[in-house]
Amino acid sequence: MEKKLLLGDEAVALGALHAGLSGVYAYPGTPSTEITEFIQLHPLAKERKVHSRWCTNEKTAMEAALGMSFMGKRALVCMKHVGMNVCADPFVNSAMTGVNGGVVVLVADDPSMHSSQDEQDSRFYGKFAMIPTFEPSSQQEAYDMMEAAFDYSEKQCLPVLMRVTTRMAHSRAVVEVKDEARKENELNYNAVAANWVLLPANARKRNDKVTAQQAQLEADAANSPYNRLTLSAKAPLGIIASGIAYNYVKESGVDVPILKVSQYPLPKKLVRQLLDSCEKVMVVEEGQPFIEEQVRGVFESQNILGRLTGELPRTGELTPDCVAAALNAQLSENPKNQEILEVPALVAARPPQLCQGCGHRDVYTALNEVLKEYENPRVFGDIGCYTLGFLPPYRAIHSCVDMGASITMAKGASDAGQWPAVAIIGDSTFTHSGMTGLLDAVNEKANITVIISDNLTTAMTGGQDSAGTNKFEAICMGLGVEPEHLHVVVPLPKNMPEIARIIREEINYHGVSVIIPQRECIQTFKRKAKQKKTLPQTPPC
Amino acid sequence: MNTNSQIHTAPSLSGRAGGESFNCDIILCGVGGQGILSIATIIGEAAMNENLYIKQAEVHGMSQRGGDVQSNLRISSNPIASDLIALGGADVIISMEPMEALRYLPYLNKEGWVITSSAPFVNIPNYPDIEEIKAELVKLPHVVAIDIEQLAKDNQVPRSANVILLGAAQKALGIDYDKLEAAIRRVFARKGDAIVDANVKALALGRDAQK
Repeated sequence: MEKKLLLGDEAVALGALHAGLSGVYAYPGTPSTEITEFIQLHPLAKERKVHSRWCTNEKTAMEAALGMSFMGKRALVCMKHVGMNVCADPFVNSAMTGVNGGVVVLVADDPSMHSSQDEQDSRFYGKFAMIPTFEPSSQQEAYDMMEAAFDYSEKQCLPVLMRVTTRMAHSRAVVEVKDEARKENELNYNAVAANWVLLPANARKRNDKVTAQQAQLEADAANSPYNRLTLSAKAPLGIIASGIAYNYVKESGVDVPILKVSQYPLPKKLVRQLLDSCEKVMVVEEGQPFIEEQVRGVFESQNILGRLTGELPRTGELTPDCVAAALNAQLSENPKNQEILEVPALVAARPPQLCQGCGHRDVYTALNEVLKEYENPRVFGDIGCYTLGFLPPYRAIHSCVDMGASITMAKGASDAGQWPAVAIIGDSTFTHSGMTGLLDAVNEKANITVIISDNLTTAMTGGQDSAGTNKFEAICMGLGVEPEHLHVVVPLPKNMPEIARIIREEINYHGVSVIIPQRECIQTFKRKAKQKKTLPQTPPC
Repeated sequence: MNTNSQIHTAPSLSGRAGGESFNCDIILCGVGGQGILSIATIIGEAAMNENLYIKQAEVHGMSQRGGDVQSNLRISSNPIASDLIALGGADVIISMEPMEALRYLPYLNKEGWVITSSAPFVNIPNYPDIEEIKAELVKLPHVVAIDIEQLAKDNQVPRSANVILLGAAQKALGIDYDKLEAAIRRVFARKGDAIVDANVKALALGRDAQK
């Protein structure tokens, strides 16, 4: 055993490598990105040639992982919570196919939306797809659970969903790790075609089997070493706490009966035992009231407290403060009478902004200059650094919904009669989910202007490789964009007149135009310059 | 403005050997890109070398683009439950920017320390008057404010301003100076002697500036 100071994400990555991982498949997304990055740099992964290249999106990632599992090897899929929506089709159907080699789908939720557009709770996906779900409470558990999850996946012939949240993914702690890694699985041909060919006749059989399997999964959760029930004599209040919410309960120091939940399906047997020994139960969970709703459906709801009843905030991340206050209120314990300093009124908000020297700035400057000339221009934005173009001084975009929606929304707006309808999308987002929308637009000769602001990287998550680098013109032409309405420009202040002229001409062209401002992200540019100056770095181990 | 009261005698990492328990909750803050995570890495390395428990919650992603950033660093001789520090729970705020130091005051305990750079980082149009910021800082019982950027330039260690700040925080953290220096040597070893030496020098500059 060796002690290492690891981010939750790194603990997951190392746990997977030590569990005999053969491939990680992922698209970058905060707070999950560091898992794949850790594996990419790890010597063991290099030695074993573990697959770790970034995928074009979460759906291609999930499907490639299924292919590796089909051949008998262990695969990990990583994404942020909204990525689950993109891979929902293969994810839900992977319960029907089952697995051959173990599959763990790691999803990092982002309650309070530090870097996201919603705070959906991925545990619902696990329940909905009838897939067992793990939710570690500490970085140590995140490491340990990875091997348990792969073993369990192979034992049950089902993928396992592992859910972490921002404060687990992006918090470091000392983790005891193994000295040796398990061997990788050998290639095998045990996958049964009747399970993997989801014709209705086959899928119905699998559906019956997986449905029947749920009782066993729940019994396993009741006996899981990661779910712990600590009872005392009859108490006025008991607690069900899951994942990192368990830590906030421990931090408060209250001494009450507690059920820690880190493996689902929710073990109702343990919940029943807790309720039988308490007058009321408070459910403390990070994210949406997933356990709370299930418990209310089974037991007398007036005695179940939590986010639905207002003791805890209905939305947003939990904090040690709101958990302690809720517990103290129920236990009639006076909180420590503590004076809290205030933030002086003069402290101003400091929102994130586009970096000095960033090419997106020049794109917005040119776009705004041209659009001033039109009466009601509308600009449909997308997901990336350039979403910050909503903020002053640019105030340049009117929408940002999900990966790729800029092009398709511009098309829909144009269908409705809007002109000018401009879409602005980044390079990585375009290959992730923009290409199919562009084909729709081309097929209908929609009257839209698409700007693919290409900084040669996936910038917002820290500069990962972008799947389409050097291929954008070819992709657009392949999709049918007319060559005379496809332009590559370099977004620099000195080129402003040329860029503005091209934007103006293409807005006035009635059909699909694509303009590709192309210049490397200033952050990756600086990083590369710095790396050239300093000595070569040794990778982490 | 400089130190306006005596540094308290926190139990030092070496004091732990005498059976004394050690706890230190630290808020590290600044503007994205200023290097607060390097400070956290050095403190974490020193603490880990002493077999202490550590939890360090960071902020990644969109907020790193020139916005306010903070990290919660907790060190203890006992197991730590929460990754986040409770309101009024921090012993020290270490800030790379004076206005950012004020943003996290609700987390500081009443006898806690603020160790901050005195030089404003102005990237917003409504940045307040620096004299008013200083006036807020001096209201606090324990403040060390140093122009670390200037000090770094004057002493030919322009890229180690954050380590100067760490040197100034050393006593408030209650971590032995030698242990921080040793941690710096380990953390920067792979970047070569010149970078190790610059950071060791910066640590000493911070310690001396705080006196």
